[in-house]
Formats: sequence, structure tokens, C-alpha cells
Amino acid sequence: MHDFEVGEHLYRFPGGLRLRHHKQIACRDPLARPDMPEALYLPLQQHQGPVGELLVQVGDRVLKGQPLSRARNDREVPVHAPTSGTIREIRRWPVSWPPDSDAECLVLEPDGEETWTETESAAVEGWRQADPADLIEHIRAAGLAGLGGAMFPTAAKLRGDWPQVHTLILNGSECEPYISCDEMLMRERPGAIIEGGLILARALGAERVVIAIEDQMGAVDKSLSRALAEHDPDDVCRIVEVTTIYPEGGEKQLIQVLTGAEVPHDGLPQDLGLACLNVGTAAATRDAVIEGKPLIERIVTVSGPGIAHPRNLVALLGTPVRDLLAAAGGRHDDLERLVLGGPMSGLPLATDRIPVTKGSNCILVLRRQDTRREQPVMPCINCGECVRVCPASLLPQELFKYLKAEEYDQADSLDLFDCIECGCCAHVCPSHIPLVDWYRHGKGVLRERGIEDARAQKARQRFEAREQRLSEEKQQRRRRREQREEKLRSGGNAKSEVQAAIERARAKSTGPDKEGD
Amino acid sequence: MKLTLAGPPHLPPINTVSGVMKQVLYALIPGIAAHVWFFGFGILFQIALAVGFALALEAVMLRLRDRPLEPFLTDYSAVVTAVLFALCMPPLAPWWIALTGMVFAIVVAKHFYGGLGHNLFNPAMVGFAAVIVAFPLDLSQWLAPRQLSPGLPGLWQTAQAIFTGSLPEALTWDALSQATPLDALKTGVAENRLVTEIRDAPIFGDFGGLGWEWIANFYALGGFWLLYRRVISWHVPVALLATVVVITVPMWLMGPDINPSPMQHIFSGALVLAAFFIATDPVSGCSTMKGRLVFGAGVAILTLAIRRFGGYPDGVAFAVLLMNMAVPLIDRLTRPRTYGH
Repeated sequence: MHDFEVGEHLYRFPGGLRLRHHKQIACRDPLARPDMPEALYLPLQQHQGPVGELLVQVGDRVLKGQPLSRARNDREVPVHAPTSGTIREIRRWPVSWPPDSDAECLVLEPDGEETWTETESAAVEGWRQADPADLIEHIRAAGLAGLGGAMFPTAAKLRGDWPQVHTLILNGSECEPYISCDEMLMRERPGAIIEGGLILARALGAERVVIAIEDQMGAVDKSLSRALAEHDPDDVCRIVEVTTIYPEGGEKQLIQVLTGAEVPHDGLPQDLGLACLNVGTAAATRDAVIEGKPLIERIVTVSGPGIAHPRNLVALLGTPVRDLLAAAGGRHDDLERLVLGGPMSGLPLATDRIPVTKGSNCILVLRRQDTRREQPVMPCINCGECVRVCPASLLPQELFKYLKAEEYDQADSLDLFDCIECGCCAHVCPSHIPLVDWYRHGKGVLRERGIEDARAQKARQRFEAREQRLSEEKQQRRRRREQREEKLRSGGNAKSEVQAAIERARAKSTGPDKEGD
Repeated sequence: MKLTLAGPPHLPPINTVSGVMKQVLYALIPGIAAHVWFFGFGILFQIALAVGFALALEAVMLRLRDRPLEPFLTDYSAVVTAVLFALCMPPLAPWWIALTGMVFAIVVAKHFYGGLGHNLFNPAMVGFAAVIVAFPLDLSQWLAPRQLSPGLPGLWQTAQAIFTGSLPEALTWDALSQATPLDALKTGVAENRLVTEIRDAPIFGDFGGLGWEWIANFYALGGFWLLYRRVISWHVPVALLATVVVITVPMWLMGPDINPSPMQHIFSGALVLAAFFIATDPVSGCSTMKGRLVFGAGVAILTLAIRRFGGYPDGVAFAVLLMNMAVPLIDRLTRPRTYGH
């Protein structure tokens, strides 16, 4: 047996909320696929970072799994064709982030054939002995980004300038209510998660893999344990059940629960020798490395009181939300809000035309009575509930007061940027202050100001450099003049100097003539 | 399809300001009932008067400040202030005391500072401090508890006393009123009598003042309910009561003849009410958990100091107000360490 440090002992993180799970309603039916949509809408940016290089043109016929863009470095993530068909157009189309915005999307019209591109060459043979760099190249080429919702490029998480990673944490604790796509995946494809975890561990050079699941996921523990017996002969992996307290599935909180250590505010989990990836990312890694299949689909939970048959769907990337709602039995008429993600931190969607992307874990359908009504915001009464529930140990009500007074620097000094926007504070606030909105606004202002500050500083530096150059030139000129005057004043020298200059000029003018002879 | 784009979280809120205030009021019901049992109907009149004045003044101030009556008049915050003030009043205090108190509580302490959420000082205690300074005599005329009274005044008699200042012929102030246990202790000790000897007086009960001790118990009952409902956190009550015990136990053990017992301290006056209902006022209190411990301990120390050395028999109100002043500093010095720092 290995000596497991991570997860050997479980710790508490401060604050957090025990919420009603509402997860089982979407887990009763098996996974299903919606009908093939009329068109898939593929934003080139489905990850955090710059977009890759576009490889196709309007009118091109593409095969399922064919790359549509190419990554030039680890921060770029390629997008692949989720099915075979024709690129009809490239146009602006509504996307989820930022809310109520649109972005360049490839519009792919499926031909219904589902013809795969050649995948064998994309697979890695004998991955257990493969070179880690080779594995990471394959993962990058397969377009992997964090499937937990953050969409961070997976390749950029696997290599970088940090100390040796000893433990890979696979995050299966999707702590928000309603979301159950990871639970479904762990039930349906536990072997893929474990194989993917072992591949990721090899790519990282990690010795151990800890799979964190929630204590209320009954069937998952059994299915994973069975798969462990089959796929993990060297006993590298370990399953750890953590207590379901929102937001224990947040990367920083999960690391605190499993190790008792905190990720430094200016650092990464890798600084602690840890890497944290979502279980869905692990399964996608397995498909990419063993089968050579790029990331073209994912499990999406469609749930909430506003949908007829909550369930989990395997959706092609680019499928409009509208098609998912239809596949889940349709929505109720008094639909008020569509949320991408969970009810605590999810993004509100402006329209059901928005497509599924790599980070779309859940579509939550809420009626009027299930959500916040428009109610007057009362003044903060300093009750301290927000302080009690904040998992980052911030003082949410003080941050709010400073932000409201537009004292952004004060908010910054109270560690505004360490807020993970989990929404606990706003959920418990008796005055119904939209605290998360305030924090996002404050961060935006500070970021912008940071950019402006940097720009202003650069301009100042340039100005100062120019001033200094000018004054130096002036001084030099003065010094030269003084030297000349000095020489002139010293008498005889001046004449000889003039003489010398005349002779130099003469020599110059006669020079070419001689050569010309 | 019309979708709303409000930011997260998307779940309905779990609490409201008026909800919090209402729970505080519910939690006071047992204590008020005990009060009525021991001291008669007077307290109900005091509550009705204070609440009426508070709401009227709140409405006037909202108008003057150009603020909407809804939702502020119905947030119950003025009602809580008024009830807490009334609970510190002698049952037969004349009606204009409630008016004066509420002018200072609602107009001065609350609205002059910006209304709900902006007051630096506990409004109920500002009102109480104002009237005890202005009308010390009227505030010292406490009724004797039921067991020692020749007969508690009835509803009509109570109303007459409060609104006209006249008592029914059969009753006289001398017969009705009685020094509070804390008063008796203070004057007794000043006369160099032994605590044990003072405590032989009939106004003292098993561990505190007669009647008072039971009212305190019922306040504590409501306080426990607030703790259970998470309306208040444990920090202030625990720090306050524990500090009283820690300071008074050694003094009492060393000199039981000159120092009252910890039980005597806790179960007389307004200490229990303060521990659960007054010092836990969120607006004028600390917001960090450590800060609340400091705040509670500070209120306890100052109360004991005022009881021992000050000019007033009970010092809870002044202790709370003094600690209110220290809140910004305490909050600043007790900021928690942010994750990862």
C-alpha cells in the first residue's frame, strides 16, 4: 500500500452552506442523446485564453473529429468538428460569457452521416510507457479544457515552471445543487475516469491519484471501486468521500479539505505539489489518448423545476440550449430564468440559442417562483451572516461598503481578488444585496484601472526618459561649448585648430580627385 | 420568451430583514410574559407606548429624509428598538418618558446617522441613557414584585398612573415601589453593610433579585431560541456572560461579604437581556467573529465597573454605548486572515 498523504485526513474549510441537493431528479433516467440539431454553433473560444488558428473556410466539408482550429501554444485550445457536415458560415452568435453578448461562431450544418475522420494515428500506443511530453501534445491537440466549468486549458495545467507534482486530485465533487453530470459520468464510465486519471498522472509525473467524491453520492463509490479493481493494478488511485458543504468542490476549498493546506494567494496548486482536474476532463483525456478522439461532446445536466423531465444528456458541442430543453421534455410556460451552471454561481443566459461549449455542465431552468423576485434591496444591517459563510474568510459586508463608496483601493486591500464568487454571502444576506454583482463590478474596475495604471506608468516612464535624454543632451552641448570656449580662450591653440580644420577639409576635397585619376 | 439576466445566486433568498427582526420579537415573548407575571401590566403599556411613538417618529423621519415608507416602516427594526427600550422602563413610568426615549432612539441615534444600518450607537440604549440622565427619579420608581406587593395595580389603575401620574387612593408609591436589588446592593455596600446581610432583604430571591431572576431565565430561553435559529451568533452572549463569571468568581471567593456572587450579578438588572438581545444588535456591533468576543467581554467589564464604581446601579446601557464607540477599531484589529494569505 502507498502512504497516502492527501485525503488521509479530512479538514474543514471555514464558512460554506449546506444546501438541498436536488441532484437525484436528473439521475433517474439513463444518459440519452438529443436529436441531431439543424446546425451546430461553435465559438472558437471555448476556454480561458487566446483562440487558436482557424483551419477551415466557409463551404468546407468537415469530418467528425476533424480539427477546425489549431493550438500554437499551451494556452490555446483547438476546436474540432462534433459531427460531419459543411461549414455554412462564420457569424456572430449569442454566447454565455460575458452575459448577453455574442462572438464569432462557426456554423456547422450536419450531414447526418457522422463520418469519423481518421483517429488511429491520433491515439497513443502503450500510453503506460509513453513519454509525458508526448501525452501532453496529444491532450493539447485533442482540444481539452477543464470540463468542470472553468475551461482552463488542460495542457497548460500539466506542464509549467513549478515544483514536482506528487498528487493528482480528480474533482468529482460537484457541490452545487442540481448539477449531476459528473455523478452520472462516474456511474456510467468509472473505468474511463480511472484510466484518464492514470494518463494525467503520467503526464504530470504524479505518483498518486485521489478521486474526491461527495458523501451523498451513494452509487458512485461502488462503481468507482469496482473499476479501480480492474484498471488500477498498481494501486495508485484512491477514492475519498468529502462532506457535501457548498462550495467544497471549488479547487481551493477541495485542496483545503484534502490537505489542510491553502493555495497561496499568488500561487497555484502546483506550488503545493498538487494538480486538480475535473473527472470529466479525465474521461476526455482517456478518449483522446487511447482512442484518439478529440473533445467533441460532453454530458450536460438539464434540470430545475421549470423543465418537464430533468435528465442528463450527452450533447455535441455547439448544440443550442433550445435543443437540450426539447430533449428534456420541454420547458414550462412560465420560464423566467435560464442558468448555465448551478443556482449559486451559474451564469444567466439571455437566450436559448446559446450553444453548449466545453465548460457547460448544467442548464438550470427556473420559473418565476423558484428564483429571486425583484425585491427592494435594504441597507446592510451588518448582521455578519456573510462573514460566517464566506469560505475565503473575507469580510463581504465591508467589501460591499467600500465598493459602494467607490473606494476600490480599500476593497483591493481587503483582498477583493481572493473572492471566488461562490455566492454564499448573497444567498444568506437578509437585505438581499446582490453582493456577487458588486464584487464582479469592483474587480472589473480594478482590473481596468490596473491596465490604465500600467499604461500611465509606461507613459510616465517614457516621458521621464525623454526628459532625461533631452537634459543630458543639453548638458553635453553645454559641456562641448564650454570646452570649445576654453580652447579658444587659451589662445594659440585656436588658430592651429582652425588651421587643422582647413587642412582636413582640403585633404578631403583633393582626396577623390586623386582617386579619380 | 423573456429571460431575466440578474446575476447569481439564482435561488430565492433565505432571509429578510423583517424576518430577522420578527424572530427577535418572538424570542422576547417569554421574558415579557414573566415580566407581566411579576410586575403587572405596566410593561405592556410601556411597550405599546414606545412602539407607537417609535413608528410615528420613524414615519416622520422617513418623510423628512425623503425616503419611502415601504419597506422601511415595516422592517420591524423600530419595533425592536422600542420593545428593548420599554423592557428597561419601570412599569409605571409616565408616558412622556417613552416619548423622550424614542425621540433620542429613533430621531437622534438612528435617522440623524442615516437610518437603518447606519447608526453607530445602539438606538434603544441611546434612548435609555437619555431618559436615565434626564429623569433619574422617575426611573428609580420600580414596583415591588408580586410576592412583596400589597397588590399589583390592575389595568385601569396602571393606565391612570402612566397617563395622569395619579395612583388609586388605596395605593401609595411608598407601598408600591421598592428599590431594585441592584439599587439595594449599591446603597447597602456604600453604608458598609455586608453583602450577606443585604441579601437577607426580601427583594432578593434564590440567586438574584426576586422576580428578576425568573425574568432573566425567560430572556435566556428566548436567547437560546435565537441561537438555535441562528439569528444571533454565540460569540457575544458567551463572551459577555463568561467574562462576568471569570471576573466575579475570584472576587466573590476572596470576599463574599463585600462582593456579590456571580449569580447575583447575572440574574439582576439587564445583563441577560443585554447578553442575548442588546449587545447582539448587529448594526452597532462588531462584524468579525473575534471582534464579537471582544465586544461581549468589553460590555461585561464595563458593566461590572459601572456597577461597582459608577453612579448608576446598572451600567449595561452605558457599557454597550461605550463599546459601540470601539467597534470600528475592534473590527479593524480582528480581521480574519484571507484564504491563501
